[in-house]
Amino acid sequence: MLDMSGFPLELSGENTPMVSFRKVRKSYGTLTVLDDLDLDINAGEMVSIIGPSGSGKTTVLRMLMTLEQINSGVIYVDGKPLTHMPKGGQLVPANERHLHSRRSDIGMCFQHFNLFPHMTALENCMEGPVQVLGLSKAEARDRSEELLELVGMIAKKDQHPSRLSGGQQQRVAIARALAMRPKVMLFDEVTSALDPEVIGEVTNVIRGLVSEHNLTMLMVTHQMGFARDISDRICFFYGGKIEEQGHPSELFGNPQRERTQQFLSAVREAV
Amino acid sequence: MFDWKWEFAWEILPRLVVATGNTLLAAGAGYAIALVLGLFLAIAQRSPSRALTFVVRELVEFIRSTPLLLQIFFVFYVGPQFGIRLSPWMSGMIAIGLHYACYLSEVYRGGIDSVPKGQWEAAIALNMTTLQKYCRVIIPQAIPSALSGMGNYLVGIFKDTPMLSVIGVAELIHTANAIGSEHYRFLEPYTMVGILFLAISLPAAGLIRLMEGRVRRKMGLK
Ligand SMILES: Nc1ncnc2c1ncn2[C@@H]1O[C@H](COP(=O)(O)OP(=O)(O)OP(=O)(O)O)[C@@H](O)[C@H]1O
Ligand SMILES: [Mg+2]
Repeated sequence: MLDMSGFPLELSGENTPMVSFRKVRKSYGTLTVLDDLDLDINAGEMVSIIGPSGSGKTTVLRMLMTLEQINSGVIYVDGKPLTHMPKGGQLVPANERHLHSRRSDIGMCFQHFNLFPHMTALENCMEGPVQVLGLSKAEARDRSEELLELVGMIAKKDQHPSRLSGGQQQRVAIARALAMRPKVMLFDEVTSALDPEVIGEVTNVIRGLVSEHNLTMLMVTHQMGFARDISDRICFFYGGKIEEQGHPSELFGNPQRERTQQFLSAVREAV
Repeated sequence: MFDWKWEFAWEILPRLVVATGNTLLAAGAGYAIALVLGLFLAIAQRSPSRALTFVVRELVEFIRSTPLLLQIFFVFYVGPQFGIRLSPWMSGMIAIGLHYACYLSEVYRGGIDSVPKGQWEAAIALNMTTLQKYCRVIIPQAIPSALSGMGNYLVGIFKDTPMLSVIGVAELIHTANAIGSEHYRFLEPYTMVGILFLAISLPAAGLIRLMEGRVRRKMGLK
């Protein structure tokens, strides 16, 4: 039995972070992908994760979306444990029921959109609210149409994904995730699969979310300029650890660590 | 050479038409059982429980590697030794339904495997339950690629219904046999049975292909 005494049953207090990774470790077989990760994200904060390929960026998001199990440590969301549940005054690994009750705080957008191909754009957005949240069709439709309007996709609401461009699909996917009213939104390289000329339509939607909504967001991206523009904080991952983090102006303007400097200059050369 | 008697053919037609009804009923009922049971067998093989997965996989393998005829005999003649006494119809439906459920479970499995991993992940991200994942996301996408296999087994089960004649289900072959031995004439009843089978199989196969295209289009999969 792992000693869980160092992990409180709940986080409380005025500055309780919206998301808290505490000593989180993730490995696949003998490969340790994340090593004792500690990361707090405050409510309303926009944090971008950058770093070389294989440094564990996607894994961070997938663990938070409960798509991957963690090997040790605890993830808290909104003060309550996500990966664990209290039992007999201690934290024990969460069962599916606990995950189901906590997962609704989190929404995610994927690199390859993952829209449901057998549903129209509107049906994609209504699916979660109707099936999972139990909203009436009418309520779900209103909410979904409002969000499709927000992402500029209302004119295409009755199209199936196969009839939409990548940028359009990703905007629908963002609306679909928002329709669940999550507290935390995760974006994993949402522009990487897009043609350069349509990247802007997706980044503009995310920009809008940052300025107008009080969402907490965690974004993995290779677009340094975009991350610098909109983030409150940048985390540079290297080899499964946060090598350096800070305000975009510091991290991009005056990186302290050698690996950060190397990574940033390599990225700049590639552009 | 041919000594085809139209009069006789005409006389036995009503009995064969009734038997056709029985054949269709057997095929339809057996297929309905197979469709539902097959889906459960397919999903059980993806369950997180290793034991369940193992048992179901072995059962499917076992049934697929033994003849349907043996299974029909088993249910009908061996069942009573265990106190399970079933009518020929019941035994037949169970045997043929289970047999085809195993084949259909493989078809479903193929269909389910063809759904990209990202679809499961999107369903989790929307916080769907396992039931919702299957009903709303996975099965609707698995069906189009499973349709042609499902159609093949519908025709297959129809052509296998004559096996039920061995336990006395009055389907087409059973009836043709009876007519033949009553009148010492087999040419007309067997020929007519062949034509009846053909007259149903061929349009059914065409209809299935038509439906396949429609379902695909309706699901927005080109
Ligand atoms: N299912 C898996 N099984 C085994 N290894 C995995 C699995 N998923 C990820 N990994 C490994 O974990 C490491 C971190 O992967 P991750 O996807 O988090 O990297 P990343 O920082 O997102 O990289 P990229 O920029 O290429 O997307 C990699 O070495 C990867 O090969
Ligand atoms: Mg990645």
